Amino acid sequence: MTEMLAPDGLDPATPRAGWAARALDSDVFYAFRRSPLAIGAAIVTLAFFAVAIFAPLLAVQNPFDPAQLELLNSRIPPLWSADGQAPFLLGSDEQGRDVLSAILYGLRISLLVGVLGVGLAAAIGIVLGLVAGYFGGVIDTVIMRIADVQLTFPAILIALMIDGVVKSALSNRLDERTMLAVLVLSIGLSFWVQYARTVRGSVMVERTKDYVAAAQLIGLPSWTIMRRHVLPNAMGPVLVIATINLALAILTEATLSFLGSGMPETMPSLGTLIRIGNNYLFSGEWWVIAFPGLALATLILAINLLGDWLRDALNPKLR
Amino acid sequence: MLAFTLRRVLQAIGVMIVVGALSFTMFRFAGDPISQIVSQDASSAERAEIRKSLGLDDPVLVQFGRYFINAARFDFGMSYRFREPVAKLLLERMPATLELATCATVLAMTLGILLGVYTALRRNSFLATLLSAVSLIGISLPTFLIGILLIYLFAVVLGWLPSYGRGDTVRLGWWTTGLLTTSGLKSLIMPSITLGLFQMTLIMRLVRAEMLEVLRTDYIRFARARGLTTRAIHFGHALKNTLVPVITVAGLQFGSVIAFAIITETVFQWPGMGLLFVQAVQNVDIPIMAAYLLVVSLIFVTINLIVDILYTLVDPRLHAGAARRT
Amino acid sequence: MTMLNRTGLLAAAACFFALALPASAQTLRYANQGNLTSLDPYTLKESTTIAHHAHIYEGLVARDKDLKIVPALAESWETLDPRHWRFHLRKGVKFHNGDPFTADDVIFSAERVRSKGSNFLSNVPPDAKFVKVDDHTVDVMLDTPNPILTSQWDSWFIMGKKWCEENNSAAPTPASATTPSYASLHENGTGPFIIDVHQPGVKTVFKANPTWWGKPEHNLKEIVFTPIGSAATRVAALLSGEVDVIEPVPIQDIDRVNSSGSATVLTGPELRTIFLGMDQNRDELLYSNVKGKNPFKDTRVREAFYKAVDVELIKTRVMRGLSTPSALMIAPQLFALSKDFTRAKPDAAAAKKLLADAGYPDGFEVTMDCPNDRYVNDAAICQAVVGMLARIGVKVDLLAQPKAQYFAKVLKPGGFKTSFFMLGWTPSSGDSHNVLHDIMGCGNDPADATRGEANLGGYCNKELDALADKVLIETDTAKRDQMIKQAFEIGIKDYAYIPLHQQALAWGVSKKVKLTQRADNQVMLYWATKQE
Repeated sequence: MTEMLAPDGLDPATPRAGWAARALDSDVFYAFRRSPLAIGAAIVTLAFFAVAIFAPLLAVQNPFDPAQLELLNSRIPPLWSADGQAPFLLGSDEQGRDVLSAILYGLRISLLVGVLGVGLAAAIGIVLGLVAGYFGGVIDTVIMRIADVQLTFPAILIALMIDGVVKSALSNRLDERTMLAVLVLSIGLSFWVQYARTVRGSVMVERTKDYVAAAQLIGLPSWTIMRRHVLPNAMGPVLVIATINLALAILTEATLSFLGSGMPETMPSLGTLIRIGNNYLFSGEWWVIAFPGLALATLILAINLLGDWLRDALNPKLR
Repeated sequence: MLAFTLRRVLQAIGVMIVVGALSFTMFRFAGDPISQIVSQDASSAERAEIRKSLGLDDPVLVQFGRYFINAARFDFGMSYRFREPVAKLLLERMPATLELATCATVLAMTLGILLGVYTALRRNSFLATLLSAVSLIGISLPTFLIGILLIYLFAVVLGWLPSYGRGDTVRLGWWTTGLLTTSGLKSLIMPSITLGLFQMTLIMRLVRAEMLEVLRTDYIRFARARGLTTRAIHFGHALKNTLVPVITVAGLQFGSVIAFAIITETVFQWPGMGLLFVQAVQNVDIPIMAAYLLVVSLIFVTINLIVDILYTLVDPRLHAGAARRT
Repeated sequence: MTMLNRTGLLAAAACFFALALPASAQTLRYANQGNLTSLDPYTLKESTTIAHHAHIYEGLVARDKDLKIVPALAESWETLDPRHWRFHLRKGVKFHNGDPFTADDVIFSAERVRSKGSNFLSNVPPDAKFVKVDDHTVDVMLDTPNPILTSQWDSWFIMGKKWCEENNSAAPTPASATTPSYASLHENGTGPFIIDVHQPGVKTVFKANPTWWGKPEHNLKEIVFTPIGSAATRVAALLSGEVDVIEPVPIQDIDRVNSSGSATVLTGPELRTIFLGMDQNRDELLYSNVKGKNPFKDTRVREAFYKAVDVELIKTRVMRGLSTPSALMIAPQLFALSKDFTRAKPDAAAAKKLLADAGYPDGFEVTMDCPNDRYVNDAAICQAVVGMLARIGVKVDLLAQPKAQYFAKVLKPGGFKTSFFMLGWTPSSGDSHNVLHDIMGCGNDPADATRGEANLGGYCNKELDALADKVLIETDTAKRDQMIKQAFEIGIKDYAYIPLHQQALAWGVSKKVKLTQRADNQVMLYWATKQE
């Protein structure tokens, strides 16, 4: 499913705005300033990141520390309702966990999984794409066939499988940190193909250009050529894919959680909170699901809008 | 042409072998099926006996060899849990999943194309911007949450639609269909929306992007210059040119739809392959899990193969020429 | 696209028609979170499956609404001497295919249930010899007296000899069958219902048996069973009236169901006891930061854990009042002298002191294993326990897993790989001996390989084992109960386990349906009546 989010206008064969430095040059930045939607989305996204980073300063409790949870404080409705109780602004859940604190800390986990997962995917994809595109031949065939096999399975299935395998291999010691690493690994390993294909395409196009031949003539090492000249041209689409993938990675984590493979309930991510809250949909304890759901939807929406805008902005044809 | 087809078929078989090896290896280590089969207070002698009779004591390589030879004959073994041949179970469940996936795809394409065209043509209107933003909500909430919310609204609060299952089905040979009964059709509505929402957003965005590009190309400008009506240009030329990539992508996405049906089927208790797979994961029913992965990748590989071959048949240059002639 | 439009119109039209039609009378729709897989009654010893089978098959005896053993296919029985039982079979009973029920079927079933591949080996003692006296009388000879001989016969269902042999099903379908077996896909019982359609994992339709020997208490013509795994969907189906009975209702949804006006939740105590256990067998714990010794070998540490856990708080907050805190490892309904036991009050200060005395003033770290889809709110209970232990300085890493992975790790075949765990247990015989033998008995007994089969923590006290052996053969109920009491007292003194509670049953039942709830959580719809 991730494949399609690749912006179609970003066929690597077409000339484009270029590498991040150039991507933020006046043209794009000008477009950004003129788009209130983009500005709004960027502000919301940044706010989420900021809130996640400073969660320990903002939260009234550390929801990951069982000693700070008090069963006597369980199932308190939000502060403004009749039975509300300070300091539980958005209420508390069955374990006495403050919902707002849980959202703040859960956001950290979700963003961490998303950013690291996407970073890992991009790193793997870029390296493999460069290698495949530059060396061609057997190496290219092998890498792209692996990509084909990988594409046979949608990301969610791959993530589910990797998660299952690593978990059973590590079943003896599965603490929260390990689970986090497993999630990053499953997302990283299931999302890399898109980057590899994009980068490979760019490399193959650039490789035939005169300036590359010239650079080769004057004896510049191939890797330098690739890194300095070819790669920057692929960074625009990579950035767009990464943005949209970040949203998708966070959703994937939530879905994995629903299927029983996400973060444990003792260190819940936003997705895990929604999965737990799912069980309270009929119970009248709406705050347990509504607020985490709202937070997740807002975050994903903002990232997607940003990615959308970025794609259009980086596509010269649409300007 | 023949050589090309043959090469692609061989590659597809290669992919299937790799997938088979992967699915076998992975699920060989995914928990202990024995504790699911016997009761909690069964003796260890009983357990050892069952372990032996299932061949779980053989070397892994032997187990894989056995598995593979059987899989090639479409024999995926017996389900640990259901005690029926896995191939039979999958075949029984396949119509439900395929009907759901098809319905979701049709829904996604219809709405996706309509909305995509609209948002492209009225690119800067308020409604188009709103539609683009709202459509993003479809991919901003986890599927399972959307499903549960739909159930809550349409089944519990309003009581309009059934909350689970396929309704009454009609048997046509080995195929069971829910398309011929009213309860079957009603049951199809919510799962299709849940499953199709994601695709719909994707198609809408793709159509919009394609339309915007096509509308900028020279031949559309020529068409305008020739004085064709806007309507004829938009739907006769621009949309037609957009549809090829859209249908291709929708075709390729069909495999993903089937895989994502896992979640939809779990939420709606839809008796398809995805639900079978999820139940199998919970029960560590390895034969079902492995077979499911093989079947899904087989569907995917087949669609890929067909698309590839069709592409070589329809030479893109011919296509471009035809477009210019009109 | 046109197809889709038409689909939409048809569906819209269907809505109106469906709303206009009256609810079909006497068809009861039932949804459970679990599946009905094999129809062979000797394949899977699991309570939901047994309950389904009880609609189509019958044993010589049955359990009534209060779980008392009552006559079924055996009209009456007597003990001629402690090792010689005589059963008088009901006359005029027919199997669903019309075959008459006779002594031959009983003897055949006694063989079949004890053959290789049966999951019900322990239901009928291996030393019991079944002898046909005449067509409707069977004698059972035992090597040693067995006062609880019939206690598990309610789930030992009688199958027809002729039918089994004709359909190549004389041997039970083993759990590991690699070929489909006729008996696992078809049935031929004597029970009040006949299976009409069986699609495993999708739906099973039971039709009332018009020629059943008894007088039906139900008014049903059919039961449509659907497994619905997702709890929210199951509750939604009940609230929208698509199903009449669901099991279980998540406890947080009970108020919502009760306030719906269309359905209520039947609650009651269940026989299963939920408890915590500690590895007190290994010299060093597998998952702890304490090296070179095992803190749980020290009774004071176990006592500290016991005193740190506040079961009343778990009851009010996590279980929403729907649990019965337990002092014993067995439900009070199953042991007459239960009322002699009370659970000690929680006392965090005392617990801290005990830990300090044992040499852990700052506590220690240990990993807890917990299922998350097996018992009512299992993972939530474990989380609460983790919090309570955190207050006495013990840092617990919680590993909550689905039951497949959980059981694979902690049970005997997995090598009891756990240091601290939660488990639930219902004695399948309904008797204390099972608890003393399987859960509290020493493992690795050369004379009795099955002793301590589910004793994950390896608790061992020979004194208790000796008492358990005496309990098995004692026929005097009063004396027997005293021995059981003594044995349980030993376990409590040793802090062998930390019993938590008996969880509550929660069945969602439409207001149109009257149903009797039995404490073993078996949904017996042959006691259900449904209004028009």
